[in-house]
Amino acid sequence: MSETSGTPSEQPRTVGDRSAERAATGATIRLESLTKRYPGSSDPAVDSVDMEINAGELVVLVGPSGCGKSTTLKMINRLIEPTGGRIRIGGEDVTHMDPVKLRRKIGYAIQSSGLFPHMTVAQNIGLVPKMIGWPKARIAARIEEMLDLVGLDAGEFRGRYPRQLSGGQQQRVGVARALAADPPVLLMDEPFGAVDPITRDHLQDELIRLQHELHKTIVFVTHDFDEAIKLGDRIAVLRERSHIAQFDTPEAILTNPADDFVSGFVGAGAALKRLNLTRVRDVEITDYPTVTVDDSLQEIVSRVRSSGTNEILLLDRQGRPYKWLRRGDLMRARGSLARAGTPVHDTVTRDGTLRDALEAVLIDNAGRVVVTGRRGEYTGVVDMATLMNSVQEMLEADRLDAMEHQHDLEGAAGGEGEA
Amino acid sequence: MNFWEYLGSRHQQLLADVYQHASAVFQCMVVATVLGVVLGVVTYRSGWAGNLATTTTATLLTIPSLAMIGLLVPVVGLGVPPTVIALILYGLLPIVRNSIVGLRGVDPSLVDAATGIGMSRLARLLRVELPLAWPPILTGIRVSTQMLMGIAAIAAYASGPGLGNEIFRGIASLGSKNALNQVLAGTLGIIVLALLFDAVYVLIGRLTIPRGIRV
Repeated sequence: MSETSGTPSEQPRTVGDRSAERAATGATIRLESLTKRYPGSSDPAVDSVDMEINAGELVVLVGPSGCGKSTTLKMINRLIEPTGGRIRIGGEDVTHMDPVKLRRKIGYAIQSSGLFPHMTVAQNIGLVPKMIGWPKARIAARIEEMLDLVGLDAGEFRGRYPRQLSGGQQQRVGVARALAADPPVLLMDEPFGAVDPITRDHLQDELIRLQHELHKTIVFVTHDFDEAIKLGDRIAVLRERSHIAQFDTPEAILTNPADDFVSGFVGAGAALKRLNLTRVRDVEITDYPTVTVDDSLQEIVSRVRSSGTNEILLLDRQGRPYKWLRRGDLMRARGSLARAGTPVHDTVTRDGTLRDALEAVLIDNAGRVVVTGRRGEYTGVVDMATLMNSVQEMLEADRLDAMEHQHDLEGAAGGEGEA
Repeated sequence: MNFWEYLGSRHQQLLADVYQHASAVFQCMVVATVLGVVLGVVTYRSGWAGNLATTTTATLLTIPSLAMIGLLVPVVGLGVPPTVIALILYGLLPIVRNSIVGLRGVDPSLVDAATGIGMSRLARLLRVELPLAWPPILTGIRVSTQMLMGIAAIAAYASGPGLGNEIFRGIASLGSKNALNQVLAGTLGIIVLALLFDAVYVLIGRLTIPRGIRV
């Protein structure tokens, strides 16, 4: 995370340095030469992995199918018993502790949610708290709290069975169940692999928001590099037998891949992918003249005149963007705004990525997009010029970083040679 | 004497037989269910043990019931013991097989999830695997019961209890005026009992299969 702290101050804050500035409630995880060798096979499935995961950090293990990333993850809660090495969680050596007790302290979310179909949503979420002996009232309150946390209405969903939920809702409940007993560590094994791309995108955003609130230590396995970039504070790119090809921030991996394997995995369009790493809130959001639907036509006309712009944004009663009004529209409105102007179709939230913003800007005929807050209320506008500037600055900073990094490495190598 | 007059004159004897028949089948089913599910639970994880259990119980089923009872009589004597033993053995197969199939059919990712959130082996079995395997197990119990209804009739051959006595008495006195009535009464009694039991199983299914996995 030091990679980004040395950049100019106007450099947008990135996913990577978030974890440094927040109080973590998670625990550190240390894997020391962790190995899994299956009987009867000559090569180990996971070969001596060393990894240190900081408290409150979201680390993504990414790699091709069969590289052992899932096996590595499952060794952390000992669903798969390691045949060599140690696991330390929060400093404590858990390699030989009772696995059942260990797992109750580690949240576990898997692909296609893993919800028990014969239990209601509430029963599923309440399972771990019940096992560790919480009183009934506390469990009930916790279920409510967890549903609220993952954005589901408790009254509506508590009594439902998993099959009465959509894939995305099931996945949310799966995450709620994993977090129910407030474990410091959360393991997620391709949790969003089985949902459609749109829902996956939403779930990823939700996870980012959740992690922002909770600061758990999360280990997330995926084979989707874009997902890794979007979610990870740091990414471990794994090759076969879980050898770590590169373990670094998404920015560093994108701009300075360690070798051909990593650059092959990053794939084409690294600059575009870089856009996923910066949030809309980190770039300059310009303010725009606005009026609300309650204002009279005269007031609106005079606002447009005084603002000096050609356009004005009409907000609805909740302060959400409703329509773009041009001067011409107002002329033709003839006393009623009902049919004047262009409705606002697309908006991005402050937590959206620059890529989302670019997409919206490209589609918009005037090359700008409205930025909204959490409840959909207007907060500002981003346009093409702002985006271009930000991207240029960003890439320049990355390049400087990479060069510095390279320089450090060379310096270190040179120093060793002299000694 | 027509059939209805026959039923009227012998209703006490018939009701006693019906009761004994139902009670024998019910008690043997309880034992067969417990044994069958336990066998299933013990063997489903290992390939060969599960197959051994299924094959053994399937072989038992191929022995003709009359022969089975005939073989048991010299060992355990006449009356209730050979009946109970035979019924339990015959009842096992569908329950063992469906338990194994049901338990093996539980989605492995759910077993993984159960273990992953910290359930002990026993908790996983009782709270996840058995509830999910319950519908096929219940089907096995239903099939067993139907089968035992018929097989229990053979028990009368070894002086066992139940409606079989009525049927065997009729067969023994073929040609006499009540022979047909006796066989009919026994057979119809078994059919009615089987239907009643089946209705009870439908009810049990409604009550015990969680709404989330009911088809």
